[in-house]
Amino acid sequence: MEKVTCEAEVEIKNAEGLHMRPAMQFVDMANRFECDITVSNDKSSVDGKSIMQMSMLAATCGTKLKVKAEGIDSREAVDALRVLVEEKHFDEPLPGAKTKNI
Amino acid sequence: MKLAEFVCFEALIPELKSNDRDDAIAELVLALDKAGKLGRGNREDITKAIIKREREASTGMGKGVAVPHVKHPAVKNVVATVGQSSTGIDFSALDKQPVYSVILLISPVDNPDKHLQAMESIFRHLQQEKFRKFLRQSQTVEQIKDLLVEADENPSL
Repeated sequence: MEKVTCEAEVEIKNAEGLHMRPAMQFVDMANRFECDITVSNDKSSVDGKSIMQMSMLAATCGTKLKVKAEGIDSREAVDALRVLVEEKHFDEPLPGAKTKNI
Repeated sequence: MKLAEFVCFEALIPELKSNDRDDAIAELVLALDKAGKLGRGNREDITKAIIKREREASTGMGKGVAVPHVKHPAVKNVVATVGQSSTGIDFSALDKQPVYSVILLISPVDNPDKHLQAMESIFRHLQQEKFRKFLRQSQTVEQIKDLLVEADENPSL
């Protein structure tokens, strides 16, 4: 059977970037899906289901990441992750908003 | 970012006295305070803030390591230290296993990118099984320090 793959570029929008809490949200979401999920910046590619690996991306606000999913539910996974990162921006403030301690 | 740029070697603790999570956090913050990294009168507030953050979601990422952290106005630069526990600490870690190596990090409030870079550096090494093993085997300040310095030079560690 041919492998279903889906890919999208997502931009980190929240001011604090992909620190541990958003990274956890990302990993939790990724783990709801069966497909394999790889996330890359221009330096490295990591497992989107591993919190340690996702923390290695050091994705600051404005960073563009490539999300690649392989498997039966890859389209749904990529859609859900794009919404989390770009539309919901992890329920965190955008740049310019007042920041609070994390 | 290199570990040596933000880990305070004077505050390393090769054997934490307590195997209680909150007390271990307090020990590490005290060590940074004694090393003069936290300014005056901020120790308690920082300790409380880190514990509060830890209660919201555990930073015990599994594989025997935890990275408690907070952003706090008391620091201008990222500062961190490492504490070891041979008995293990219950951090409510993701894999429910005890934590043997605690890397505690305090970052400035107004520089989220620096915080991410420090975290990247920590996790790049914590990912490596060899690094975790050597860290757990370190029994003196010197051994921890040597490991961190070597890790900065050797990308596979």
